[in-house]
Amino acid sequence: MSDETVLLSPASSPATGRDAGGRRQVWRSRRYRWDLRLSPYAFVAPFFLFFTAFGLFPLLYTGWAALHQVELTDPGAMTWVGLRNFTRLWDDAFFWNALRNTVTIGLLSTVPQLLIALCLAHLLNYRLRGSAFFRVAVLTPYATSVAAATLVFVLLFGRDYGMVNWALSTVGFGPVDWQNGTLASQVAVSTIVVWRWTGYNALIYLAAMQAVPGDLYESAALDGASRWQQFRHVTVPALRPTIFFTCVVSTIGATQLFGEPLLFNGGSGATGGSDHQFQTLGLYLYEQGWVNLHLGRASAIAWAMFLMLLLVAGAVRLVRGGPR
Amino acid sequence: MRARSRPSSPAPLGALAVAAAAALLLAGCSQDPADPPGQGGAGSGKATTTLTVGVFGAFGLKEAGLYDEYMAQNPGVRIEQTSIERNENYYPQLLTHLGTGSGLADVQAVEVNNIAEITATQADKLVDLGRAPGVDKAAYLPWKWAQGTAKNGATVALGTDIGPQGICYRKDLFAAAGLPTDRAAVGALWAGDWNKYLETGKAYKAKAGDGKAFVDSASGVMAAVTGGSAQRFYDDQGKVAYKTNPAVRGAFDLAARFASEGLSAKLQQFTPAWDQGFSNGNFATVSCPAWMLGYIQDKAGPAGKDKWDVAAAPKPSNWGGSFLVVPKAGKHAQEAAKLAAWLTAPAQQAKLFEKRGSFPSASAAYRLPTVAGAHHAYFGDAPIGEIFARAAEGVPVTVLGPKDLVIAQNLADVGMLQVDQKGRSAQEGWDAAVAAIDNALDQ
Repeated sequence: MSDETVLLSPASSPATGRDAGGRRQVWRSRRYRWDLRLSPYAFVAPFFLFFTAFGLFPLLYTGWAALHQVELTDPGAMTWVGLRNFTRLWDDAFFWNALRNTVTIGLLSTVPQLLIALCLAHLLNYRLRGSAFFRVAVLTPYATSVAAATLVFVLLFGRDYGMVNWALSTVGFGPVDWQNGTLASQVAVSTIVVWRWTGYNALIYLAAMQAVPGDLYESAALDGASRWQQFRHVTVPALRPTIFFTCVVSTIGATQLFGEPLLFNGGSGATGGSDHQFQTLGLYLYEQGWVNLHLGRASAIAWAMFLMLLLVAGAVRLVRGGPR
Repeated sequence: MRARSRPSSPAPLGALAVAAAAALLLAGCSQDPADPPGQGGAGSGKATTTLTVGVFGAFGLKEAGLYDEYMAQNPGVRIEQTSIERNENYYPQLLTHLGTGSGLADVQAVEVNNIAEITATQADKLVDLGRAPGVDKAAYLPWKWAQGTAKNGATVALGTDIGPQGICYRKDLFAAAGLPTDRAAVGALWAGDWNKYLETGKAYKAKAGDGKAFVDSASGVMAAVTGGSAQRFYDDQGKVAYKTNPAVRGAFDLAARFASEGLSAKLQQFTPAWDQGFSNGNFATVSCPAWMLGYIQDKAGPAGKDKWDVAAAPKPSNWGGSFLVVPKAGKHAQEAAKLAAWLTAPAQQAKLFEKRGSFPSASAAYRLPTVAGAHHAYFGDAPIGEIFARAAEGVPVTVLGPKDLVIAQNLADVGMLQVDQKGRSAQEGWDAAVAAIDNALDQ
């Protein structure tokens, strides 16, 4: 076979040379067109492949699993139950409790977090010595692992030997049971979130502030605006898109809050306290799926959370009057 | 089995030599290259087989040097361990891996609260270790053996340790409250009845005053009491029956009285606050399974030395313990079965007890001097081998069920914790626990 080709090739190539050249040119231009048309797809393909494998498929499969009774002991055996996993959420006291907790902890953490971040950014925006140091310092909590931070906070918020209670006692307040009080535990969990995320938001605000043109401040100052008035009437309006962005991101984060309440329990399961007083939706989902081993029910909770985020997004869009 | 069938020579060098011989023989039988037919690998081995062992927490096998010993005896085998800190994270992962048949270690550990679910739902994916070479059914406590055996008769899990309980107590606090400090006299205070333990607590509190608690937590008492009854959360037919089982409700109500009488330090076990409670010495007693002694020693620290002692519990009871299983999907299932058999053999269990305090589930090990004659220096040189062996042999065969962990956890961390820490009544706590368990069991 190989002998034949060797023998044939010198004879055949001159005869077909011109044809081959033309064909090559056609081929080349075709390839060029393909390259032009297809290579963008090839460049974005990795993203879409990964998104399909790790984003879209899990999302759809979770939706499919939510319509079944599935146990982690045998994930292959799925029994169709229709919408039962969703309808049962209506009378699931634990679900509503978790939803309430998610909302209150979300408010308790997001509002102070963004306000403090705004103030911090405003302070960092001043010309000050060692500003790089402060900017890095503000970001360090964000770089700390949730687990490490939460474990330290568990000690700080200890009932018997915690530093917070010790500090309270020096100003004459009785010891607070940070684990068991409903509001107390939610404040404690929120504190961890605020501590971790304030610096991150502050840097985002700072970046936006530095993009505000200086002449706006100049003319405001000429008009006799005080520092506070400049902040209210120049900085904040200029920051509106950024504030909206951080609100969205923080809301998503608050909805999915999981690590802090899980570890705040001192490592004793996903109940979120003896009375489920700081069990968030994320934690309840985890408890159903990985403690009680009911994957179907957990999937339904996951989808309910997703739908709720869509609802919130829709409501915000309505309030803000159309898409931006 | 093989160890016994061999003619044993008289041991002129005394008990120690017998132990050494037993260890050698037991080790020898699992090392015997003739044992697995058609598999010359391990003994004659040029080719290296790597076996992985998946465990949770500080399981102790590696720490006690057992892997090194096995590798020294079997030059063709290398053992690697992967460990996940908490069983709550380890167990779901194990289930997922068993479901997909990938990602599994050759040998996997299983906690006792999960063993019923494993034998009920995963038995077909596990090797029958009851027939593995070197496994001697007679060497194990019958109930531990039964717990690892599936309905079809296959013993898919071999017991490692068990958790026979004693009561650890502070001698200095007992003396200050005018109670006896000698462990025999202390054990006699409550022998045979958990109510006497409560009465002792009241007497202690009357003398010691309000600041000092008698027990660490109410749920610790509940776990200890329920661990002593044959039926807990399931009945003989395998149905969930904790709601109507007087033993469970009785244990719940008794433990709740420790809270309502103000005898509890209101701590939650295995939390940082509990650890601090040990080092600050603000409770006088704690129900302690054998494996907890090391934990107490760590947390109470050098300052607690000569203060702690251990006495017999009112009734024999068990808390915790583990098993080893070998998934069929593993590449070296046969070699892994040999390793699991060796690791759980009496001689190795004795070593685990000696080094780590995990009490053997192989009753044959109780006769070995390292177990029978074991004393714990930290606990006033208490004869822990003797105390825990007696507790272990008095433990009834507990009826286990697949959802033991979920039920036990909610009774403790929801129901009893509300009573203990939030001051709710026993009835309120019970109702909250039942609601949580009903929700958890509903598929």
